[in-house]
Amino acid sequence: MADITKQQIGAFLGKQGILIAFFAFLIGFTIANPKFLTPDNVLSVIRSSAILGVMALGVTFVVISGNLDLSVGSMMSFSTIVVLDLHDKIGPALAIPAMFAMTLALGAFIGFLVGRLKLNSLIVTLGMLSAIHGLTLTYSGGKNMDIADKEGTWFSVFGQGEALGLPVPILMFVAVAAFLGLVLSKTSFGRKVYAVGGNSTAATFSGIPRARTVFICYLISAACAATAGLIQASRSLGSQNTVGQGLELEVLAAVILGGASLLGGSGTIFKTVIGVLILGFIQNGLLLIGLQFYVQFIVTWVIIILAVWLDIAAKRGKLWSQIA
Amino acid sequence: MTDKKPVLRLENIVKTFPGVRALDGVSFSVMPGEVHALMGENGAGKSTLMKVLGGIHQPDSGTIFMGDNPVVMAGPLEAKAKGIVFIHQELSLAEELSVAENIYLGELPTKSLGRVDWAKLADQTNAILKKLNVGFDANTRVGDLSIANQQMVEIARALTVDAKAVIFDEPTASLTDSEKVVLFDVIADLQETDVGIIYISHRMEEIFKITNRITVLRDGQYQGTVETADSTEESVTQMMIGRTLDLSRTTSDHALGDMALEVRGLSCGKLYQDVSFEVRRGEVLGFYGLVGAGRTEIAETLFGLRTPSAGQILLDGKEVHITSPSDAIARGISLVPEDRKGQGLILGMNCRDNMTLPQIDALKSGPFVAEKAESKIFDTYFKQLDIRTPSWKQQVGNLSGGNQQKIVIGKWLSMHPKVLIVDEPTRGIDVGSKSEIHKLLRALASKGYAVIVISSEMPEVLHVSDRIVSMYSGRVMRTFTSEEVTEDTLIQAISGIPAKQVPDAGGVAGSDRATPVPLHS
Amino acid sequence: MKPGTVSTALKSGAIWGFIILELIFFSVMGEFMAISDSGFLDWDNMLLLLKQSAPIGIIAMGMTLVMVNGNIDLSVGATFAIAAIVLLDSMTWPIFAGLGDWVIPVAWVLALSVGTLLGALNGLIVWKTGVDAFIVTLGAMLGYRGIVFMFNGEQPTSHLNWTLVDFAEAEVLGLATATWFLLAATGVIWFIMTKTVHGRNAYAIGDNRAAAVNAGIRVGPHMMINFAIIGFLAGLSAVVFYSESGSVNPNDGQLYELWVITAVVLGGTKITGGAGSVIGTFGGVIAIQLLRKGLGHIGADTSTVNLVIGLILVVVLILDRQLNMKGKEELKV
Repeated sequence: MADITKQQIGAFLGKQGILIAFFAFLIGFTIANPKFLTPDNVLSVIRSSAILGVMALGVTFVVISGNLDLSVGSMMSFSTIVVLDLHDKIGPALAIPAMFAMTLALGAFIGFLVGRLKLNSLIVTLGMLSAIHGLTLTYSGGKNMDIADKEGTWFSVFGQGEALGLPVPILMFVAVAAFLGLVLSKTSFGRKVYAVGGNSTAATFSGIPRARTVFICYLISAACAATAGLIQASRSLGSQNTVGQGLELEVLAAVILGGASLLGGSGTIFKTVIGVLILGFIQNGLLLIGLQFYVQFIVTWVIIILAVWLDIAAKRGKLWSQIA
Repeated sequence: MTDKKPVLRLENIVKTFPGVRALDGVSFSVMPGEVHALMGENGAGKSTLMKVLGGIHQPDSGTIFMGDNPVVMAGPLEAKAKGIVFIHQELSLAEELSVAENIYLGELPTKSLGRVDWAKLADQTNAILKKLNVGFDANTRVGDLSIANQQMVEIARALTVDAKAVIFDEPTASLTDSEKVVLFDVIADLQETDVGIIYISHRMEEIFKITNRITVLRDGQYQGTVETADSTEESVTQMMIGRTLDLSRTTSDHALGDMALEVRGLSCGKLYQDVSFEVRRGEVLGFYGLVGAGRTEIAETLFGLRTPSAGQILLDGKEVHITSPSDAIARGISLVPEDRKGQGLILGMNCRDNMTLPQIDALKSGPFVAEKAESKIFDTYFKQLDIRTPSWKQQVGNLSGGNQQKIVIGKWLSMHPKVLIVDEPTRGIDVGSKSEIHKLLRALASKGYAVIVISSEMPEVLHVSDRIVSMYSGRVMRTFTSEEVTEDTLIQAISGIPAKQVPDAGGVAGSDRATPVPLHS
Repeated sequence: MKPGTVSTALKSGAIWGFIILELIFFSVMGEFMAISDSGFLDWDNMLLLLKQSAPIGIIAMGMTLVMVNGNIDLSVGATFAIAAIVLLDSMTWPIFAGLGDWVIPVAWVLALSVGTLLGALNGLIVWKTGVDAFIVTLGAMLGYRGIVFMFNGEQPTSHLNWTLVDFAEAEVLGLATATWFLLAATGVIWFIMTKTVHGRNAYAIGDNRAAAVNAGIRVGPHMMINFAIIGFLAGLSAVVFYSESGSVNPNDGQLYELWVITAVVLGGTKITGGAGSVIGTFGGVIAIQLLRKGLGHIGADTSTVNLVIGLILVVVLILDRQLNMKGKEELKV
């Protein structure tokens, strides 16, 4: 009897532990600094999370399909640099589709390697992290990229504009999340993503094309990275080559925090949005109570491990591993 | 032998799992120097009994004696320490390491600085290998050995401990004839050292060649122990099956339709060669043979999962090249796979979504999946197959084996296939669900489906099939009609024993293995 | 010949063939495009190459052990940076003020201990929680980097000790100090992996974990020791590098894990564990350093190096897959 209750508590903590911890954080931060839960601050947290958030939405597809994508940070730098460069050369109206096309080509390449050739996604995307970073540097010649006429372009609307009383980055995040949420939960493609990630052999035995499904997941991830790059470029209208460096880790942290299993087959867009917000609020809260930015690194570290640990502990019914 | 005491004695072992009485008062003993066969059909309780002996399961009641002392096997390591050694069917070797390292895995001899004492290791290993008279040395990488030699490494491992009893679990499943001879020599040598040997196998001719006594289990119950010399294959089979078979049940109550599937001279590398058979609408064609005989691989080829190296597949009289499962599905071929959990189902997905997975692209309302249509499909087969689940939302992983299998069958029935291939339809399923699934397969045939049933359980094959294809070692031995088949001839066929007379049944080549039919060109 | 022999031979020889190819390529190309006058295959140039390989190479030896064991460590770059800061910072601590140059060994021991502890912490978490090493060290990559910033914020940490610099710049028998450390690390890890029970058990665990458990090998402690070793080597790498340079930026060591893993994979270590050798990794390290230097020699910048390294990693994976294909009989899943 005691065992059962213990297991139930474990399962509950595994499922809801993150939300509980999140609310504890919120309450703690609000007590420490009443500014924390003001509308202004909340809006600014969501706004600053939008870029990370859009990338996390795409990576959610990849993770549910049972793979990883560590290349999204580099890919986001790439699209930022490309769109800024092309802005002055061919105008923003052409620059945006051109940038999307180039980023999608990179995503297609990774999708081919992992989907069709069945290569280890961790190592492939780690390699592509470096390769795309190199590509970006080569493209820019190592220089920062700036738009010449920063005042006179409508391009700034994606990063700085407002509509419906809300900043455009938030609207874009919400729109992409809503669209991808529908794709994942309501379409046959979404169902295939879960099937391939849940058990790729059984999916194949049911006639689901694993290679194509994984391929499209990487295309979606690339499209999201490109969208994030668009927001970033539009917000700053100038950028370093390394703007997205390290973001892949935070993105993955958000997806894991949302509860997607790295083994594939589970996770939702909604949960990822929660994960993004948790990460954003914690980072913001730590800054508001006067801690240095690097404390958030350490907190994120602890949270990632706790999140995954609680998840698998709930599944095996025991807190500690059975490894001898 | 009468003056000796058994090395190992199991008394009244009872083990229950939720819903199943896996072992119901089984007793069993092995004398020193004896080879004792443990026989029974799949699901009879052999592997559970061995897991109790190996400390993987704890018995609910009953006692294990070694010599005169009752012992408790708390875990695999303790069983090993007490001298119980398993030679598993699935090899548990580290392929990248050397033979010597594998034999002494976890017990490498050491010298200063934590170094491996290679000289001592090689000496010890070579001494054992010499005893086994094998053709490889201590430094060979295990991954470079043939399966048979890898098995020898496992056996060598057994010799490093002071073994009291050695259990061979289907050791010859992947061995060639000449390799078997070596294995039997090794077993004979082991006998000389007064070790007790438990030999689990389905192969009658081996049992009668090397064992002293035979113990038979059926449905978890002890059926008796006989001296091998006093028994015949028939009498042992009788004990295993336990009932005279009602062959009349297999007679068709309906007329057969057109030819649905015809396979001519199909080969796939070393997996199977020159396989020919056909199945009509309204017919159940059984495939019987030992594990590894090539049956599953044929099914996988028909389902587009393997590329044949030669031969033709004709569907409705037209030759087809099936390139992928989705291609097979589009052509009306469905496969209920052998490994239900690994290949048949996505355990973390709910019942309905699993069932509609192959046709998910076709179920659309606008851009989205038509969930109403899905639920309708689920409800239809939920009722028709009497699936017991609280709701369609239930994760498939939480259902019982029988209900899981019904989900897989429902998945394919909802596609209305022409040919339904069912691989081991009742493996790991309780008795009640078994007969339900048998009835279902017959009912499908009467509705006009062409059904292929692959099974390792003889009563099952005899019960559901209109005709039976027997396979041995990648070849079709003989095709029987339900009227002419007997247990004897069937067992002979799948054991590779040439039939005394070979009536040309169903027009399909069945032949002496010594003179194989030339490969189809 | 037995199946698999060809691919095994190809794989173990491939890295050295690749190195020779690189040497020829850069020598020939250098004739046309070289921006410096000296030849590429110059002896001094090769010695310098060995020295420059040391920081990555020393860590790569530990990564070989960890990957053969069936794990991976993504936090080595951050561990490297922490150890470097401890090394330089501790020499200025008031409690050591009276030690004179004896502060050097003290600082070394501190840096190495910190590296070892951080590695062991990763191993302990992997062991006790059962969370995959990939996640644990991915988190640590972030967390350890956070610790780096705790010392001096975004400012570099600097301290030059001339005795230390002299030591680091010394040459013994024509080889630089760093080179000796690289060779020593290679030798010791080679000894551990090929000669000791611990090393052989590490292979067994990576190859077939269930079999190792059945044979009574304690998986957890072995994994933890290997993580401690790679942490120690990340510390050693920092000691070697920063004894000479004397200044750490908080972002130093970033992407080291990529370079190290590329070297190890290039050297033929199986990603899933169970197979790999220190000698192969040594080849992988040399190959990567040749590539960096060679591309520089023919006038390419660092961006091209990143691009090429990433693509090479991918190509190696593709080749590895092709060599391991079982042929047409294989099940198409």
